[in-house]
Amino acid sequence: MALRSAFTRLLSNSRMSVAVTASRAQGTAVAAQKGAEEAKKPAKPAKVAFNWRDALNLEGQLTEEEIMIRDSFRDYCQEKLMPRVLMANRHEHFHREIVSEMGELGVLGPTIKGYGCAGTSYVAYGLIAREVERVDSGYRSVMSVQSSLVMHPINAYGTAAQKEKYLPRLARGEIVGCFGLTEPNHGSDPSSMETKAKYNPSSGTFTISGAKTWITNSPVADIAVVWAKCEDGRVRGFILERGMKGFSTPKIEGKFSLRASATGMILMDEVEVPEENLLPNVSGLGGPFGCLNNARYGIAWGALGAAEFCFHAARQYTLDRIQFGVPLARNQLMQKKMADMLTEITIGLQSCLYLGRLVDEKKAAPEMISMLKRNSCGKALDIARQARDMLGGNGISDEYHIIRHVMNLEAVNTYEGTHDIHALILGRAITGLQSFTVEN
Amino acid sequence: MSGRVLVGVKRVIDYAVKIRVKPDNTGVVTDGVKHSMNPFCEIAVEEAVKLKEKKLIKEVVAVSCGPQQSQETIRTALAMGADRGIHVDVSGKDYENLGPLQVSKILAALAKQEDAQLILLGKQAIDDDCNQTGQMTAALLDWPQGTFASEVSLEGDKINLVREIDGGLEHIKINTPAVITADLRLNTPRYATLPNIMKAKKKKIVTVKPADLGVDVTSRLEVLKVEEPPQRQAGRV
Repeated sequence: MALRSAFTRLLSNSRMSVAVTASRAQGTAVAAQKGAEEAKKPAKPAKVAFNWRDALNLEGQLTEEEIMIRDSFRDYCQEKLMPRVLMANRHEHFHREIVSEMGELGVLGPTIKGYGCAGTSYVAYGLIAREVERVDSGYRSVMSVQSSLVMHPINAYGTAAQKEKYLPRLARGEIVGCFGLTEPNHGSDPSSMETKAKYNPSSGTFTISGAKTWITNSPVADIAVVWAKCEDGRVRGFILERGMKGFSTPKIEGKFSLRASATGMILMDEVEVPEENLLPNVSGLGGPFGCLNNARYGIAWGALGAAEFCFHAARQYTLDRIQFGVPLARNQLMQKKMADMLTEITIGLQSCLYLGRLVDEKKAAPEMISMLKRNSCGKALDIARQARDMLGGNGISDEYHIIRHVMNLEAVNTYEGTHDIHALILGRAITGLQSFTVEN
Repeated sequence: MSGRVLVGVKRVIDYAVKIRVKPDNTGVVTDGVKHSMNPFCEIAVEEAVKLKEKKLIKEVVAVSCGPQQSQETIRTALAMGADRGIHVDVSGKDYENLGPLQVSKILAALAKQEDAQLILLGKQAIDDDCNQTGQMTAALLDWPQGTFASEVSLEGDKINLVREIDGGLEHIKINTPAVITADLRLNTPRYATLPNIMKAKKKKIVTVKPADLGVDVTSRLEVLKVEEPPQRQAGRV
């Protein structure tokens, strides 16, 4: 019989693996015969192992360059940022040096072409944000502000002279910038901002007065991209420099979130700004929103980095901690939480990767970015809170880092468009009806 | 002198990975496991790039022996500042049996072909811990060797070297051309910067086969069995 002859031929070879193939092949005679005769044909595809660290094989969807960028930067973050962050957060100390260090690595304004910037893909930018935020959201905020909220508007809306003057120094981390849009009385509602810019034709300057608050980097910033309402009612962007009379940046005290980065106000008391410092190529809220979308994309990736840290840390803790004679991880309640974390992080990363590819092809709409910023931040906050709970009492100690992420993600969920505001952006896109204001 | 330095870089399982022995005890699990450049090779690359930045040498050529994936390791060396790469293609059973003797023959052949002034290697690889390739390469070429280097300085056509040895530090002076193997404290390897990673794409990697260099990679060693060390027993207080 065909099957028996094939089986004997296979068994005469003393190799164990072939016998295994033979026994498996006993299922169908045809298969066994084919297996014996076509020994040159490759074996059955190897069984795919599930990798909980990368459940949907994100790695396989990245280019070699993106992998190298991520790996190199991950090493820097783990070796140079992680050791600093505990004390930086505890004592609310901002290490200004990290901006210069990141500048040296070329990760500031990475998507900009020219002016000393790397000119890499948006997917790479996302991977960079994820690695920094794996360490701390405050550090990633500093990177996002410098790249998306300072370098990007100058690059997208500025003159050639402004780009030459500021971009290379911002890219190197020689100077630090900040972004002034939010005001004490106008957060989600920037269109009714009270900061005014009055043009003086005689001196060719603008006089800007107003107050901005919750400004990352402002206490240490050398320049500020400030958005003010001009006399024609249009919002425009201005580059203010430290040293201008009337420009001050008091620090905001008593923060429980993003303590490793410096946050403050921008107070402008009739600051005279030369007209060369106006960003001429945009007017209206499209300007700041373009910047915010750029930053929000990075945050969508970044928040998942923080979530990944919390998930991995909780997993390790529950494997190590023995209660009632078994590791905590043996318990169903723990495993369910980890399964939920794994799922959300994996799905979130896939969506961010796809969004990044769309952005690189210039096929992304702002609502897509809103959707993913909202999703990543909301899910990451949940994951961090769950992880904190899994660590029990130790979870409230900053030595275990998770509580720091819990505190940070409160801010990350709120800034750059709160969770609810992004819901309204999507709601308007879904229904065609805006629900931001009471008027129609 | 050509001013050319050959740097050997080996693709190994990443140092942070937990190693597992294959169920059939023929080796360790490598499929789907994270690999990266051997840490001592990173130190060697860093030293070569530093010498080039000081303008003491002209060109850094990164060499790796292994399958297609070894090109990733060469790419990392290029991102750190090497100028071009040579991938010696060894795969399958030949790769599983590749050891210091064959690699040193390959490096010796390449050194002659490329007219290298210096060969920089890591002192050993973290997967086999052989600590033999540098020494064998020097012997095959009849070149001086400076192993376990923790300080290297070029002085004309000689090299001042500090070696880390059991008794302390040994200062030697050797002629060029020479083989140097890097020890831990020689330098701190740089992080590859984004712009350099992107420039590395344009640098050339040439693929050759051992036969092209007249080297036979058949191994004289046969691995009989690989097994885990005995499990640690609990102690008693």
